[in-house]
Amino acid sequence: MAASSKKPAAKSGGSKPSSGAGKSDQGKSLLPEAVQVSDLHKSFGSLEVLKGVSMTAREGDVVSMIGSSGSGKSTFLRCINLLEKPSKGEISIGGEAFRFKRGPGNELEPADKKQVQRLRSSLGMVFQNFNLWQHMTVLENVMEAPVQVLGLTKAEARDQAKEILERVGMADKHDAYPGFLSGGQQQRAAIARALAMEPKVMLFDEPTSALDPELVGEVLKVIRSLAEEGRTMILVTHEMKFARDVSSHVMYLHQGMVEEEGPPKKVFYEPVSERCREFVKSIH
Amino acid sequence: MHDILLASFTLADSLPFSLQGWGDNLLAGLGKTVTIALGAFALGLLIGLLGALGKLYGPSPLVWFLEFYTTIIRAVPELVLILLLYYAGTDLLNRTLESFGYRPLDISGISAGIAVLGIVMGAYATEVMRAAIKAVPPGQMEAGKAYGMSAFQILRRVTLPAMLPFAIPGLANLWLIVTKDTALLAVVGFEELASVTRQAAGTTRNYLFFFCVAAVMYLCLTLVSNMIIRRLEAYYRRGQKPLEHS
Repeated sequence: MAASSKKPAAKSGGSKPSSGAGKSDQGKSLLPEAVQVSDLHKSFGSLEVLKGVSMTAREGDVVSMIGSSGSGKSTFLRCINLLEKPSKGEISIGGEAFRFKRGPGNELEPADKKQVQRLRSSLGMVFQNFNLWQHMTVLENVMEAPVQVLGLTKAEARDQAKEILERVGMADKHDAYPGFLSGGQQQRAAIARALAMEPKVMLFDEPTSALDPELVGEVLKVIRSLAEEGRTMILVTHEMKFARDVSSHVMYLHQGMVEEEGPPKKVFYEPVSERCREFVKSIH
Repeated sequence: MHDILLASFTLADSLPFSLQGWGDNLLAGLGKTVTIALGAFALGLLIGLLGALGKLYGPSPLVWFLEFYTTIIRAVPELVLILLLYYAGTDLLNRTLESFGYRPLDISGISAGIAVLGIVMGAYATEVMRAAIKAVPPGQMEAGKAYGMSAFQILRRVTLPAMLPFAIPGLANLWLIVTKDTALLAVVGFEELASVTRQAAGTTRNYLFFFCVAAVMYLCLTLVSNMIIRRLEAYYRRGQKPLEHS
């Protein structure tokens, strides 16, 4: 339960919403930035979902994003690997910024597809609805991207996949098709698939929201073990207690803006914002 | 009863495949029918795949062109299309070749037949595959994107295999239709099963017998096809839970 206390002390510097893009303007005791987002805006038509959100996740950070539905937290996460194209803002992965150009309708478009693919391959995404490939077995799902994207041989990918599936407790389900598994098993397989890319950062988009209540625990257990390994993670979640326990930094989003952020203790127990206090009170 | 027995003995006498001397011709006709059907179906699949991708992801001029193509082809009776494409199509092709200074081609009946039926099948296959691709949950492709797969990798490894369970029933139907549409090529003098049968029946005056033989041959083709289709479908639906009967 005290996962956060295991984090390196450097974390306390966590996130500085308006910090510059360079690494050097931070103190040198800080670990390198794994993900940096500054002033991110996103509109769907006339609806502005994100109104300038910034975030820094340093190596080993676990950043949780909380907020009610429609607050923009999932959209923000999906912008990090450009599954959604931001309308404005900057995103860097491991110090390398996505290059954008202006599209025909003056919207931002990635300027370099190869760069997008390369940076995406360093981000392990876990979806709310698992999105496991239905026509592949669990093992094939975990092998697929390492073979196709990283160029591993099938034998290498298979060995690695087996090892990772073992770790998420899915060793006995190698040959099962996702459609025949429970939600919890599917999500653990999906986490294994993301881990197989050996990502710099894991992105979790409400990983337990589509699960039956009794299956939530097994998935959270896997995510918690990843946090304890010191993996960098960005987590969008409705599981308040979990966010409090594993996070090094919590951001509360409201209507596309950061309403409150800081270490979990501050956000959950001493929030400045009245709205945030109201939102997190379920935890007490 | 006696008559039927007698008739079946006469039938048995004329088998295997002497069929009053027409057996070889009928088999050759069946062979051509199958060849054309296979060729036209393969061409139809290729056009259908490109057409579906073009309609879903192409620029708007291409979408309009494909819309025009599928609408026209599906609106006009196949017989008319065959006459039109066979006569006008080859004529147009040769005029074009001549105007560019090439010698006109002598287009073989079989390649013309494949091309004509392939273009017709392509229009239907475009719609079948477009619908099948749209039936694949977008999250399947999104997962490919998220791990850095290229658009082509996603198409080859995710979209195509994932859409097949939705496409196979429609495509199987098209295959059965194309095996029978080959009979329409008889109007342009192509010697496939139906036209050979007509010759045999006309020459021997055994109309009922020969048309029944032809019908049985078409039926066998369908039965064999069904067996293969069932296996293909079972294979490509392997990841899907069987529907539960409530």
